[in-house]
This record gives sequence, C-alpha cells and structure tokens, in this order.
Amino acid sequence: MQLQFFVQLLVSGIATGAIYALMAVGFALLWQTSGTINFAQGEFIMVSSFIILWLMGLLHIGLVPAFFLAMFISMFIFGFLFKRILVDPLLKYGDVPLIIATIGLGMIIRELTRIFWGANALPFPSLVKNKILIFGGLRVGTADLVTIAVAIVIIAALQLFLNKTFVGRSMEATAQNQDVARILGINVDRMILYTFLINAFLVTSAALLVTPKLLAKFSSGETFGLIAFMAAIIGGFNQVRGALIGGFLIGIIDNLAKFYLARVHLPFTDITLNLSPYALAIPLLLLIGVILFKPEGIFGRKEERSI
Amino acid sequence: MSSKLNSTIQGQQLVKTETLKSFDYLTWGLAIALIIGLILAPLWLKNYGLILLCTWAFRTVAVQGLNLTMGYAGQVSLAQAAFMGVGAYTSTLLILKAGVNYWLALIIALLISLLIGFLIGFPALRIKEGHYLAFVTLGFANLIWLVLRNEQWLTNGPLGIRDIPRPSIFGYSLFEPIRFYYFSLIMLALVTLVVWFILRSPWGRAFKALRDNPARSESLGLSQTTYTLLAFAIGSAFAGVAGVMQAGLVEFIDPDSFVLWRGLLLVMMLVVGGSGSLIGPFIGAAIVTLLPEWLRFTGEYYLVIFGLGVIIVMRYFPKGLAGLLPFVKKRFFTREVQS
Amino acid sequence: MKRLLISIVLLFSLSQAQDSVLFIVPAEISGGGATVGNNWADGVKLAAEHINAAGGILGAQVVTEVLDTQTDPPTSKAVIAKGLEKNPFAVIGPVYSGSTIVNMVEAERAKTPQWVGSEAASITQQGNQFIFRTSSGQNGSIPKVTKFMKDEGINSVVIIYVNNEFGQGGRAAAVENFGNLGIDVKLELSTEQQQADFTPEVLQAIMVGADAIFAYVNEEESARLLIALQQQGVTIPVFGEAVLLSQVVLDLAGDAANGVAGHVNLTAEAPVPAVQEFRAAFEAKYGYTPDHNAMKGYIAMFVAKEMAERVGSFDKLAVAEQLHCSLITTEDEPGVLMDIAYDENGDIDRDTFLISIQDGKQVVTGVLPRLKNTCADQ
Repeated sequence: MQLQFFVQLLVSGIATGAIYALMAVGFALLWQTSGTINFAQGEFIMVSSFIILWLMGLLHIGLVPAFFLAMFISMFIFGFLFKRILVDPLLKYGDVPLIIATIGLGMIIRELTRIFWGANALPFPSLVKNKILIFGGLRVGTADLVTIAVAIVIIAALQLFLNKTFVGRSMEATAQNQDVARILGINVDRMILYTFLINAFLVTSAALLVTPKLLAKFSSGETFGLIAFMAAIIGGFNQVRGALIGGFLIGIIDNLAKFYLARVHLPFTDITLNLSPYALAIPLLLLIGVILFKPEGIFGRKEERSI
Repeated sequence: MSSKLNSTIQGQQLVKTETLKSFDYLTWGLAIALIIGLILAPLWLKNYGLILLCTWAFRTVAVQGLNLTMGYAGQVSLAQAAFMGVGAYTSTLLILKAGVNYWLALIIALLISLLIGFLIGFPALRIKEGHYLAFVTLGFANLIWLVLRNEQWLTNGPLGIRDIPRPSIFGYSLFEPIRFYYFSLIMLALVTLVVWFILRSPWGRAFKALRDNPARSESLGLSQTTYTLLAFAIGSAFAGVAGVMQAGLVEFIDPDSFVLWRGLLLVMMLVVGGSGSLIGPFIGAAIVTLLPEWLRFTGEYYLVIFGLGVIIVMRYFPKGLAGLLPFVKKRFFTREVQS
Repeated sequence: MKRLLISIVLLFSLSQAQDSVLFIVPAEISGGGATVGNNWADGVKLAAEHINAAGGILGAQVVTEVLDTQTDPPTSKAVIAKGLEKNPFAVIGPVYSGSTIVNMVEAERAKTPQWVGSEAASITQQGNQFIFRTSSGQNGSIPKVTKFMKDEGINSVVIIYVNNEFGQGGRAAAVENFGNLGIDVKLELSTEQQQADFTPEVLQAIMVGADAIFAYVNEEESARLLIALQQQGVTIPVFGEAVLLSQVVLDLAGDAANGVAGHVNLTAEAPVPAVQEFRAAFEAKYGYTPDHNAMKGYIAMFVAKEMAERVGSFDKLAVAEQLHCSLITTEDEPGVLMDIAYDENGDIDRDTFLISIQDGKQVVTGVLPRLKNTCADQ
C-alpha cells in the first residue's frame, strides 16, 4: 500500500512537474542567452490562456487551431515586441532596471486581463476528455498522460533543436559566450531574438497544458512566475536541462512533502506531528540549500569567473 | 563666482566648467521648503493625507535600508518586506504578550532583524558574483511568511493580530493621527541621519570605494564580503524599524502584509527613485505611495498606468528619478569658463 | 422683483435638498482578493442602479464610490479614511476580514454604519455599534453543516482546508463543532491557494479511513479536489459549505461533484424567486454568475435603504441604533431577497438550505428556518 501510494504521488507529481518544466525552461533560456530575468513570465503564461479562449470564442474554432494562432500572437508580442521595445533598450544598463521594468509589465498585463476578462476564473478546455485508467493499483487520468506526453515531446524537440541544428548550436554558443560567438561569425542579436520566440512558444504551450487544471485567472501569473524562477535556480539557471529537472523536482517534491508531512511520527515516542502547513517549505529549503552548497544549481555547470 | 570647478576634455581642448551657485541655492531651498511643508502638513491635511504620509515615511525607512544593500553594496535583497514582518511581529508580540515597553520592543525588533540579517547574509555572501543573495532572500521571504502563517499559537496565523498599540513618550500618548504623524516623521529623520552618518564616516567611504572599484579596494585591504554583510544586516535592521512603524500606523498586522511581492515593490521603489543616491528612497517611496492615489481618477486603469510609468522611468532614467538631478545640474546650471 | 426673490429662494432650497446620497465601497478590486471584491462591488453597483431606477432613497439618488483596497490592510485603512472625509451615509465593504478589522475602527470613529462581507467571528465581538454583517459568518453556518453530518450518521472525519484567513476560520469553527458533537477529527490537511494537485490529500484521506471528508477550500480548488477524489476512486462522502456546493464548482468538476452534500447559507442558486431574478439581472449586466459575495453586496445596499426609510432621514447614528435587533422581511423591502434578522451585535440570520448534488444538479433536501432566538423577534 505504501509503495503504491509513493508511485501514485510520483506519477501525479510528474504530471504537474512537466508543466512547471515548460515554464522554467523558457525562463532559463532567456536568462542564459540574453541576461533577461523576466518577472513577467508568469503573466505571459496566464494571458496566453486568455488569448486562446478569446480566439476560440471570436473565430468559433477549436482548441488546437486557437492554440497555434495564439502561439503566433504570443511570439509577436511576448517574443518580438517584448525584446525590441523593452529588453533591447534596457539591457545595456544591467539587469536590475530590466527586472523592475518586467515587474511593471507583469502588473500591466495582470490588470488589463482583469479589466477585459474579469476577476473570475474561467474554465478552459482540455486536450482530451479525462478518462481514468487503472494499472494494477495505480490510477492515472488520460489528461495527465497527455500532458506528460505533450510536454516531453516539446522538450525533446527543443533539445534536439538546440543540440543538433546549426541555429540551435549557434544559440547555445551565444548563451555560453557572446563575444566568442561574435568572433565565430554568429549573428548574436538574431540568436537572442530566437530565444525570445522560443520562450513565447513555450509560454503558450505551458498555458495550453496548465490551464485546464488551474483555470484561466488573472492572478495566477504570480504563482507561475515564482515556480519558474525557483525551478530555474534549483536546477541551475545556466543550463536548459537544469531548469527542466528543477521543474520536475518541484512538482514531485510538492506532492511527496504534502503527503509525508501530514503525519510525521517522531521516533521513540507516540507523538505524531501534522506538518502539512509546512509542505511549501521543502522546495524553499532545497532552493536555499542548493544556493549555499552548489550555487551553480544541481545540474548547472560552473561559470568561469571574469573580472 | 564659481563654486566648483570641473575639468573635462572635449576633443583636444581642456574645457573647464563651473556649477552655478544658484543650483545649490535652489536645491537647498527646495529641501528646506519640503521639510517645512512636511512639518506644517497637518494644517491642511486630514486623516487620509496623514495616513498616506505615514505610509510614505515607513516605506522610505525600509527603502533606505535596501539602499545600503543594493545601492551601496550592490547586492539585491528580495526579503526587505519579510524583515519588516520580523520587526512588526517581534515588537507587537513583545508588547502584547510579554508586556514589554514600546521603545524597548522597538530596539529589540531592530536587533533581531540585524541578527537575522547577519545569519542569512553570512553564508549567502560568500559568493560575490551573481545574484545569490537575491535567491537566498527569495527563499527566506517565503519561509518567514510560512512561519507567520503557521505558528498560530504565537502569531494568530492568517487572521492576523489586531489592536496594536501606538507608543507614548513620557506619558504623552502618540495615538492621535497628528501625533503619530510627527512620530513617523521623527523616526524617518533619525534613520536618515544614521544613513547620512554612515555614508560620511570612513566606513561609508570604504563602502563607496568598494562599489566603484572593488578590485583596487580589495588590494588596499578592504574586505568586500565584510562590508557587504554589514550593509545587508544594517539595511535589514532598518526594515525591522519600518515594520514597527507600519504595525503602529495600521494597528493590525497579518502575514500577507509582508509577502515576497511587497519586497519586490520595495526594490521597485528604490530603483525607480534612484539606488545609490541619498534622496532616491524618498522619491521612490513617494512615487509608489502617492502616484496610485493621484491616478485614481483614471478608474480601474490606475495600476496599468502606474506600470507603464515604471517602464518609462526605467527606459529613460535607468538610474532612477534621482538621476534627473545631475542631469538638470549639467544641462541648466553649468557653464563653460575661459581658461 | 418678488418673483425673482422667490425663484432665488427656490433655487437655494433646491440645492440644499439632498438630491443624492453617497455610499463608499471599499473593496478588493485588485490584488489577491480581486475575485471576491469585484463580485461584491458589482453587486453593490447593481443594487444602486435598481434603487435609483425605482426613485432612489427618500427621493435621493444613490451615488457609489468604489475604493480599491488592493487586498492590503494598510491601503484599506488609507482609502476608507479618504472616503469618510466626504461624509458618506454608509460604508459598504470590504470583504476580507483583515481589511475589515483595520478599517472598521475608522468607520466607528466617523460614526458611520458599515456593512461588510467578512465572515471572521471576531468582527462583531468587539462592541462596535456601527458594524453589520451581510451573512451569518462562519460561527453561524458551520454548526449547521456539522449538525447535518451528525444526522447523516458520520462519526469520524478528515478536514481538508485552505490555509488562508477564510479556510482557517472555517477549520477552527469546524473542529470546535465536531468536538461538541462527538465526531472524531482524524486528520486536518492544510492546502494552498492555487494548489495544482490534490492527490496527496486524497491518498492521506484513504489511508486514515474516516467516515467522511469535510472540504473547506476555495471554488477552483474544490473542483480540483473533487476530481482527484474521483480519480482515486474514493467513495466516502464529501461534505461542505456554500463554496463547495456552488454552481462554479459544479461546472468545473462535472460528474465528480455528484454525491457532495452540505449546508448553504447564501447562494445564487437558492430556490427563491427573488434570488433567481437577482441572478438573471446580474448575469445580464456583468456576463458572469454572481457568487454569494455579489449577493451580500446587493443585499447590504437594500438593508441600508430600508433603514434610512424607517428612520425617515439619513441620520447615520439613528440608522445604526435602529438596525440592531431589526427584522427586515421581503415584504418590507424585496431587495433583501430573503428575510433577514439582525441581533444586538450586528450578526444576522436567515433561512438556509441543505443541498446535495445529484446528476450534476443542486437539489434542495431541506430548509433550515431562521433561528428565532435573536432579539429581533421579541
């Protein structure tokens, strides 16, 4: 029974973790290639789901075509325009003014969403109708399985693109050292633009997968942004793979902590503590631990220091 | 005639410029007018105006603390609001549960914030490069919120603590809005004097040297880590004081008043106002406190316009609004002199 | 000459006559409580519109001024101070207890009656003579659910609550009442707002093996919890309050909501014609389904209207005094939607419903009449 519960927690943790990973990968990608720490990432995800809903209603189209349309809109606004209007002029002043500007941008998106679509949570269609499958004692919803599958396909495609294609490798080179990339004849600015477009794509995909579960609500960006940020730090923000694993870790740890902290039996006593209110502390402690003992992240690589 | 002489090289020619004395007169005049205005404010402000000014005062205190960490030591802290929570809860619990005198509770709150600042800063600041302090304080801010929410026997959890007393001095109660306003103003003045003193002291000069040229200063025997740690701890202690001021003003505290998001807002105040400048925190806190009020005529769009304003300031004054001052000085109050 | 004088006097007296009456509405328009606050404010605005269309209050047109508290107690204190400087007839709001605790002091100092949507027990226990509730609060409604559960033969329970001011208030009241009834609380599980996955809570509930689950979380989380329960094949009954049994949860959870039962204090689904009319008018104007906060805001305005008319003027002190121990029936004022009785502290009671979800629909299984023990009935 115990083992079965553990596996069950693991599986459902992976389903949420897969979505967190999508959120975090784009975040880390921007950070890595352009030094942009995007505090509006959560709002990008949140508003993408509203754009999908809006397109479905406006054009009377299904979820999938609306998603692809929204993806292009998102790439234009949160990829191209975001970079040209906000990031390019500000980056030369260092990262702090840009961070503040993205906080301001997040605020604008959040409030406009509330004004146009209201403060109530709106239901969002799922890619498939949820059916419960039973494998032995394990009970898994088809919606969760599809979420995991879609997330893995997107992430694998991204990895292939970054590692196997010329453009992808140029982007990686840009991320590692812009000066060297320039010497190699890589169009650094264009590569950075590509990362913004990829982030916009990932943001829309995350919206597609997360919103059926968490609903479209103007205020949910704050949570998404924090998770993306934490996943990127835990995994190692200078590597895409790090953020990926960070996202999965947070999803799984959340679930395990909630379950096992609810009844903590103190050894050698009859006392059982209910620590479930502190479940959120576990990823935070992991975060602090990682920074103190392995500052480059669990799966990150050490950066060469330069003065 | 000339008060300060500066030399710059333009092309091949040495050009001397002087700052007109009228600039000094103007800035001093403005500063004095502002101080007099603040002292006389209760004459024409009612309750609402006073509450806003008290809010501005405690936020300015917190942002001045953050300015030590960010503006002078170059490290980002996302836990400034959490430290305000530490201060507010420490003093409130000491007063209400242990019957400690208000002023003693204020000092203990300050010391505990200072101590926690050291405890967090010490491990986090071993690594100089990157935003590691920001990451640690991100985790810390969330942990503090969890503790305040969960330890209900002590903090009353999410329901918060109400009926928080306001101080009295020599039997003279500071409960009335006007009196509490002057109390806030005096606290703000005291903190400003402390910052002024720190920056003028040899110690403060070491700070600036480290900020402007770390490599050289280190070779002169200044330890960047020590100074950064001190800056962060003192800055956090200021946040503790600001928290005590907030608790007294609102007469109520709850965990949500000190969440991570409020810490981000304080960072925003500092950067918009101008980090590394003495007057930056005053401007930043004023903008974030007063502007949403002035924008209320725009109805539900006021936060949108506020966000836009923040972006525009960052775009055109990345050093914050305090950066306008040197600009005005150079543009309007400087002239070339024949050499 | 005489004519001119008369017209001047007439003009003067006209401008003196009260042709409008101001209500200030501090509400959670932005920030974490925006869903609640916008419902509340929309309910208030709809009421103002209805009142004005019917000729206003004592001939005066209602003017509402919404003040955004940003779900932040300090801001809430500032905005209510600002609003009170305009000498309004009444304060309608806020909803979050933290904000209410902060600004009820200001309204009391200004001797202005204040209707709030907050449910925390402490609000009406401080002797403030100007504070009035719009729903019975957790201390009034939770005992009815727990009693219902006892009647259903429940002897042990797992509580799943959201760890914020709403959930903690409900949890505390529930634990106390379960204790009084001899129902064994086997485990209390704390959950978060915006929690994505409820599998851990569901598995814990399975392991503990209680007779029932008492769920006290927000709407979206309620739906997620019900879906997770269904997915794990849990068959033990789930009980709850207005939120769990609301239409929103039903829409989101689909057939996972079937079998859920409980007690509902104030709901837009109440089988009362006046409530259904309100709901239709609200949906037509704002395009979304009102929750109980919208109803509370709407009703608050009509209670204020009725009291001004009973007193015969906009005398704030007299209104506050008179409202204590008052009964307002729908015959007196249809806008209160259901009979409502105020006690000496500003707490209220009205008829409530036992509801269970069957085949995706709410079915009223019983009506709990208003308790007749308030001073209003003497």
